This record gives sequence, structure tokens and C-alpha cells, in this order.
Amino acid sequence: MTEVPSKTAGNPEDAGMWTAKIRSRVVDALPPDRLLPDRQPAYVASWIYVFGVVTIAALVLIIATGCILAIFGPQWWHTNSFGHFINSMHLWSVEVFFFAMIVHLWGKFFMAAWRGHRQLTWILGIVTFLGSIVTAFTGYLSQTNFDSQWIGTQAKDGINATGGGAFFNVLNFGQMLMWHITLMPIIVCVLTALHVLLVRRKGVVPPFPTAAELAEASAATTEVAP
Amino acid sequence: MSRKKFNQDRDVGEWKGKYAPYDIIKEGTIALLVVGILVLGLAVFFGSPDEHAITIKQWSTQSTQDFIATAATELDGSSFIANYGPPYTNTPNAAQKIGPIALPEITGVRIPINTAEDFVLNPLRSLPGQPALHQALNTYTTASAKQQQAWSTAYANNAATTNSDGSITYNVKYVNGQVVMPPGNYGPVSTIMQYETEMARSGALDQALITGGDFYTTNYTKPSLFLADGQYLANVGAAGNLGGEQWGMMNETGAFPGQAWLWLYTLLYQIPPYSTSWAANADAMVWFTMIILTGILMFLPFIPGLRSIPRWTRVYKLIWRDHYRQA
Amino acid sequence: MDLSAVSPALYSLLGAVFNLSHPGHFIHWHWINLSVANVIVIGLMIVTFIAAILIPFPKHKTEQGEAHD
Repeated sequence: MTEVPSKTAGNPEDAGMWTAKIRSRVVDALPPDRLLPDRQPAYVASWIYVFGVVTIAALVLIIATGCILAIFGPQWWHTNSFGHFINSMHLWSVEVFFFAMIVHLWGKFFMAAWRGHRQLTWILGIVTFLGSIVTAFTGYLSQTNFDSQWIGTQAKDGINATGGGAFFNVLNFGQMLMWHITLMPIIVCVLTALHVLLVRRKGVVPPFPTAAELAEASAATTEVAP
Repeated sequence: MSRKKFNQDRDVGEWKGKYAPYDIIKEGTIALLVVGILVLGLAVFFGSPDEHAITIKQWSTQSTQDFIATAATELDGSSFIANYGPPYTNTPNAAQKIGPIALPEITGVRIPINTAEDFVLNPLRSLPGQPALHQALNTYTTASAKQQQAWSTAYANNAATTNSDGSITYNVKYVNGQVVMPPGNYGPVSTIMQYETEMARSGALDQALITGGDFYTTNYTKPSLFLADGQYLANVGAAGNLGGEQWGMMNETGAFPGQAWLWLYTLLYQIPPYSTSWAANADAMVWFTMIILTGILMFLPFIPGLRSIPRWTRVYKLIWRDHYRQA
Repeated sequence: MDLSAVSPALYSLLGAVFNLSHPGHFIHWHWINLSVANVIVIGLMIVTFIAAILIPFPKHKTEQGEAHD
């Protein structure tokens, strides 16, 4: 097979190019064997570690079933049994999603997974949690049934009380549906991707140090001058 | 270069230990299959709820007295929505406050609602023919504001009364297609309310409120707010344990699991001071509290003491027990 | 696509084996009021978390290696 030789010769005079700069930064931050590692530190050996990927698996199902619902429109599931079944899959994917996400959160909390410059990973995780709640909320409002009516008329008071109701009208079905199927999925997917890429970049947080390791680490660092 | 003293709740040492093969793509594929089968099973065994939406027609047919009494309060401007404040109305001092700040007043009336016009008069104006109705509408709208208020308030006050325990006594009746009110000086409001009730029971009011005379719409603000002012929707919600004091925010219709992740938000509404001295501003205060608590959760890594809880509770010793055994 | 004509068995299976569309049961404990369904979900989460920590994870052969930095 004849391949076209790569034109990326890495000429020093091209280093200022935007394309070259971005490529260098990305490849430095996440070289292929860090992006898709086939090794993990030996301490990554507990079932608690699977709940992140289980959350992502549930998200994949949410999006897949959501796409099927989108093909046929928001009221299809009321009058079609297959549609109702896909709606059921969509609802239970969401339940599994939040279930796994919160078990993952508990695990990461008890591991103090923010240690070692991983604070942003933690923050992104919480923001993703919040984004997921907004996505689920707009989803409930998009059901076009009594539940949507009830949740909309009740939730409006909380959102109105913060001033948000002037812009985010929970009784405007069109607005809520578009947030649910367009804006929020993009936001949640981008946040999830950033979160996962940060985990790949920083690695999985190591255990708390043993007494010996703590003594060694403390001796190696000096007090910061006030 | 000076470095910060090692703080084991914030810092980690470099891992110099062993590595093991770990197939993340295989793990992800297995996770997808397992979750897929789990979700399939849950969907097959439990399905999902689908309770039909309530229409104005249904409300006015099944609970006619409540409908008439509510419509009367929309016309005379005494209803909850008519006095809501921003984003719906300009009612002074109606917006909820966080301390001295009323955020809704800052964002303003962006979804203007005039309950008399939007829920009663405009929909009725759209009905063709009906000379008696249009005569009554003309009499009402050409009268002085004071006269309009006198008629409509007399009607609303006599249609139903709210008792000290919050329950409602309906004095208006609906007999053989006629609205029957206790005697009073209602002027053209009697005719207006008669047609409003018939329009609602026919289903035409649903359409008028939803489309407002237009063709397309995806905005259900008006019929939703009108429904929310009545007792019928509230009673259906309460029967399903969906009300605020019933921890309803966490619940789903029927016996389905709901939104367990809203537990703290829901809980705050039930406890003092949110349920007592802050009750008039409960929504604003609950949101404010949740924003603070969420901020604490988000910035936990930077909060000394709180970020030490994982080390103090020692759950990590179980998670990494093999590592510590070998160390 | 209406499955009721195509496959009656599949149609009834898609309609859910257990009907949860009946009034739910609730647990009242002092001022706490939770649905049975939610209590089950929360309980399962706690059990799952504890199980995930306690159940041994299959071990692979470890090797001393450089960090992939």
C-alpha cells in the first residue's frame, strides 16, 4: 500500500503556526499511550473503579434511545407500543446513569481523588452532575403528559424565585424540548469528555501515603516562606 | 524554588510502584453490554409511566365548581397568578427575596400575563356569533375600572370561600348546563362566566389558550398557569403524593422510582426555617442554600477540614487494602 | 410501527411485566416521607457501594514499569 508521506516535517520555522502549536500541545498532553493506556498502576484494582465507565455506558444508552425517540417525535411513545418501550429504556437508562454516577462520586470522595492537582477533575465532575440534573429536568418537562404539567407548574416557583424564570420558561414546551435534545446533551457530553481526558492526563489518583511514604514526602519538601 | 509542605489531603507522591495490564476498551464494551441488558430488563419488567395530561375541558367537566370559582378569581385579579409578581405581573412586593434582594424584580416581567384578558376575555372574544356574550363583553369592557372590579369581585367572593384550614367551600353550582350563583350584583359577569364555562367544557378554551388565535405554538404557559390556579390539578398531584409538603419533588407518578438525587433540595422545604419563618420566600431561600452547598461540594478540594474527611473515615483502607498489604 | 398486529407476544412483553402505574406506597418516619421505590433505589446504591469496595477484584500479573508520562 502506498501511503502519502506525512507533510508534517516539523520544520523549526513552522513552529509558530497555529496548527503546529495546537498539535504539539495536544500530543504532548495526551500522547497515544496516555490517551488509550493498556496499563494502570497496580492499585487500580477494585470494583469501585468501574462506576465511571458504567456511568458512561448508561449515557451512551440514554443518547441512543433518545435518538430513536427523536426520529419519531415527542408524542410517538403515547400511541405506539414500541415507542413506549423505547421511552421505558430511556427512563431506566437515566435511573442507572444517576445511580452509577453517585456511587462513582462516593468512591471518588472517599479516595480524595482531587489530590495531586486533580481538583479540576473533581470540579468538572460536579459540574457534569449539575448539567445532568438540568438535562433530566428538561426531559421530564418534555414528556407531554401529566408529569410534565405537574413538574412544570410546581418547579416554576423555584426557578422564578431566582429570577431565572424570566429566561428559562419551564412551561414553554418548545424551549424545554430544545434544551433537552440539543443544548444539554452537547454540554453534558463535552463536560464528560473533558473529565475523562483529565483523568487520562493526570492518571488515576494514588492511595494515601503509608507512614513511611509520608515521612519521606514531608522531608523532601520545605516550608513555604510566608 | 520553595515548595509547599506536603499535605496528604491535597498532594500525592509520584507512583514508583508496579503496573498491571488493564484493558479499558474491553472494560467499556463489557460495561455497555451489562448496562444494556440491565436497562432492557428494567424496561421489560417495569415499563414507564404515562398519565394523560389534564385539559381545561377535563377540569371544567369533572370539577365545574372549582373551574368557575377559579375563572372568577382570574377575572377579578385575586388569583395567585394574577398577584404573582415577576416574571408574570408587576405586582409590587410579590417577588421572593433573599435577604433584601428580590432577584425576580431585577430580571423583570418577561412573560407578561393579564389573567382577566388572557384567561377569560380574549378567548371569549374569539367566539363567533353569540350576541348575548358580545353584548355582555361590551358592557363589561366599556364600564369604569371601579365598576368592573365591583362586579367581578362580588362574583369571585360569592362563588367560593376559603376556610381557615385552607379548604374551599363552593357556593356556585352548575345545574343542567346553567351556572347558578347566590344572589348578588354581578352585572354582565354572570353571562361572561356562563360562556366561559361552556367554552371550557367544549374544549374550545384549551385551543384558544394554547394557540391564542395563531396556528403553530409550542408554548403552554397560559393554559398551564390557569390550571395551576385551580384545585383540580393540585388534588390530582396530592393524590399521587407529588405535593411539596409530601416530598413530591423526589417522587414519580404511580409506584415508579423518582428523582432520588433531589433529596436534599426536597428536604429543605420540610424543615425550619424554610417551612416556618422563611416560608414566604422558601423557594428563593432553598435555591440560595443549594447554591451555597453545591459550591462547597464543588470546591471541597480547597476546604481544609472537609477535604480531610476521606482520610479520617479510612474507607480508603478498604478500597486499597491489597496495596497497603503489599507495602 | 404497530407491533400488536405483527407479534402479539412481543407487544404484550413490551407493555411491562409488572404494572407500577398504581398508587405508590410511602414510608413515613417522623417528618420524613419517602416513596418505597426511592427507598429501594437509595438502599441499593448503598449496598452496591459497600459491595464494590468489599468484593475482591480479579488480579492481573503486575510488572514493574515506567510511568507513561
